[in-house]
Amino acid sequence: MNHYEVNFIIDPVLSGDEIKSTAKVYETLLVDNGCTIVHVNEMGLRQLAYSINKRTSGIFYCIEFSSPSGTIISKLELALRRDERIIRFLTVKLDKYGIKYNEDRRTGKITSYKKKEKRKTDGETVVAEKPEAVVAKTPAPAPVPVEAPVPVPVEVPVPVEAPVMAPVINEEE
Amino acid sequence: MASRDDIKFLSNPTIGNSRKKYCRFKKFGIRYIDYKDSDFLLQFINEQGKLLPRRITGNSLKYQKLVAVAVKRARHLAILPYVTDLLK
Repeated sequence: MNHYEVNFIIDPVLSGDEIKSTAKVYETLLVDNGCTIVHVNEMGLRQLAYSINKRTSGIFYCIEFSSPSGTIISKLELALRRDERIIRFLTVKLDKYGIKYNEDRRTGKITSYKKKEKRKTDGETVVAEKPEAVVAKTPAPAPVPVEAPVPVPVEVPVPVEAPVMAPVINEEE
Repeated sequence: MASRDDIKFLSNPTIGNSRKKYCRFKKFGIRYIDYKDSDFLLQFINEQGKLLPRRITGNSLKYQKLVAVAVKRARHLAILPYVTDLLK
């Protein structure tokens, strides 16, 4: 049994029902060919990073499935390639870590990476929060969220700043 | 009177105290890099959307290769741009 993951982007000009039915077509295609669908992730309307076929947004779908053999992939990709409603697709074979990751993602053990926020307080740049971790995937039963520190040196608070400030205040007095 | 706090440093005293780089994947036991998580992948590309070298990110060879694959997949799916300016 191999695990695969097929991502496709559906044309956003279609109506809501058409979009749903398009995704359904591929689900039934997989089931008919003896695959078991693990999970269907509808990511909804997202902006594309660059325009494809003069579309700047698309509806992202991700179907994770397991298949007894790999022959279904070529059938699936042929169908996707012929379909005008699909503007882009990608099929990926998952290794055991990928399967584990997707499971943990669904159960909420892993949250998506959040950007760190920088905040200005009293003329001193402070890195407000450490990014809420991409949870470490250790074989331990209860994975503890580990805070990922920033490897690339982030703006180190410059110590020159504070002394510069002080004389200015004195002059005002 | 100049107090102790008023002393200015001629050069940045933090220079040379740089922390040692490490591979975050090895350190935190991350075994799979999700190509759909664009915010995570943004850490490994520069403003033009190019992959950062290992000497900057500190990744081990094994994970740098996986990062590269993940970024390329994300580009194909239009999650990350191929070419751009002012990405960050």
